Amino acid sequence: MLNQLTISELSAKLARREVSAREATQACLDQIARVDAKIHAFISHDAADALAQADAADKRISSGAKSSLLGVPIAVKDVLAVKNQPLNCASKILGNFISPYDATVIEKLKAAGAIVFGRLNMDEFAMGSSTENSAFGLTRNPWDIERIPGGSSGGSAAAVAADECLAALGSDTGGSIRQPAALCGCVGLKPTYGRVSRYGLVAFASSLDQIGPFTKDVRDAATLLGVLSGHDLRDSTSVPQPVPDYTAALTGDIRGLKLGLPKEYMVGGLDPEVKAAVDAAVKKFTELGAEVVEISLPHTDYAVATYYIIATAEASANLARFDGIRYGARVDGNDPIELYDKTRGAGFGPEVKRRIILGTYVLSSGYYDAYYLRAQKVRTLIRNDFLRAFETVDAIVTPTTPTAAFKAGEKSDDPLQMYLSDIFTISCNLAGISGVSVPCGFTNNPKLPLGLQLLGRPFGEESLLKIAHAYEQATPWHRERAAL
Amino acid sequence: MATGEIDVKYVAHLARLALTPDEEKKLGAQLGHILGYIEKLRELDVTHVEPTAHAVPLVNVTRADEIRPSLPHEDALRNAPKEGGGLFIVPKIVE
Repeated sequence: MLNQLTISELSAKLARREVSAREATQACLDQIARVDAKIHAFISHDAADALAQADAADKRISSGAKSSLLGVPIAVKDVLAVKNQPLNCASKILGNFISPYDATVIEKLKAAGAIVFGRLNMDEFAMGSSTENSAFGLTRNPWDIERIPGGSSGGSAAAVAADECLAALGSDTGGSIRQPAALCGCVGLKPTYGRVSRYGLVAFASSLDQIGPFTKDVRDAATLLGVLSGHDLRDSTSVPQPVPDYTAALTGDIRGLKLGLPKEYMVGGLDPEVKAAVDAAVKKFTELGAEVVEISLPHTDYAVATYYIIATAEASANLARFDGIRYGARVDGNDPIELYDKTRGAGFGPEVKRRIILGTYVLSSGYYDAYYLRAQKVRTLIRNDFLRAFETVDAIVTPTTPTAAFKAGEKSDDPLQMYLSDIFTISCNLAGISGVSVPCGFTNNPKLPLGLQLLGRPFGEESLLKIAHAYEQATPWHRERAAL
Repeated sequence: MATGEIDVKYVAHLARLALTPDEEKKLGAQLGHILGYIEKLRELDVTHVEPTAHAVPLVNVTRADEIRPSLPHEDALRNAPKEGGGLFIVPKIVE
């Protein structure tokens, strides 16, 4: 079935004219019709528009055009602007907003010939780790529909894991690509901060956000990273760093490379099945000729606290624009202030309100130095931990999550518990480095995916993906699919 | 550093966010709990540590002061809750 292929496999078949882009797109649409009532990865999707794009792709293919993503159906997290498609960030406050422009990454996907479709479910404004904070309902984990797919890019992970698309885009601020990828059994990559333009990404925390791909294997992630990356004049935080051919780095040879296992991450309290999977991965890396050594990231324990000050502070500023004036839903008031109060009170969900209030507080007069400024200094300490580690190792290996997917409702009453589950992914965004999660096994009963996280130097995705690819190809995990 | 208590009503006013009394109470408790956790940052000595505002520090990112096309008017007004005469209509601001 064409929707079950990887990008590499489909591209090869399309190039050989064995199949058409329309057939591939139809296969994805059929899968959505078959499973999405149960999974709810998609908030919405425009089938007619997808098929029209597919027909255009087929025309280009038959005229001999070649492009890395030509004819490949790729779905999009509801946080990215796609011209003439809805943009809601899984919130009520954006009302019937239709994007007037394409995000830079969307322009790049379209230029590469991809069929860009769908609005994938997420935690509202990317705030959450389970996709339970969506104003449009839950997304369910394809491996066990009683469980969450992770978040905030839960819809993206579930859609790829359920073969509803060949790949998907998500965004990662504290782990929102890597964590759902781990919980759903697919590959999730967060590029180095500044590698991919954020123009057209609805901002949550501007110094932490990055867009990245969800794919079925590392090769596809490398292909997509190559398309998405690059300097953009419209994003002043995008870095003018040349874009290499990431797929060329996937040699399979990691002999002599050094990997670091941070002792602070492998502490008591780590789920025994997660520990066993990481231990087995370490053994596999050694078999492949890499050396695994213990390292220390001494400020690990402070990462969650640092993140929840910085991210919420930045979010409180970024979400100030949702005021009912220029776009979105509006609740009227006698004066603009009343209009703002009521519109925002009605339009934002509880988690978003929680973070706006916390963020506003830590930036407010009298508290700025004690909270926000202090957190920025601790951020320096955390970043330095990583830069120091990368002086002796080529990549850092950790579990992606402390446990496999939990049940819906299990953590939604205790926000702090939910925040603490981000412990392994959060430092990466604070330090601005690159990170990828790849499948590394399953729990026993029920059978749920586990993810291995690799963290790489800033702009070191070639090495990172080479290591991830070598591990993936030496293990069977990436070939498994949920029974749906 | 503060004792982990937020004046939720005051902060909500700063954030232009209308909360029900129930929401205020619930948020107060949850945020107090979270702030209690965040206190651990006090354990660290951050003297002489520079703050990191951006992990990949770029400086003075500017472009030439040249006029470039921007979003056309109709597109900018397209999602307006209330518009007229090429403007966003809002409640009266000044008496």
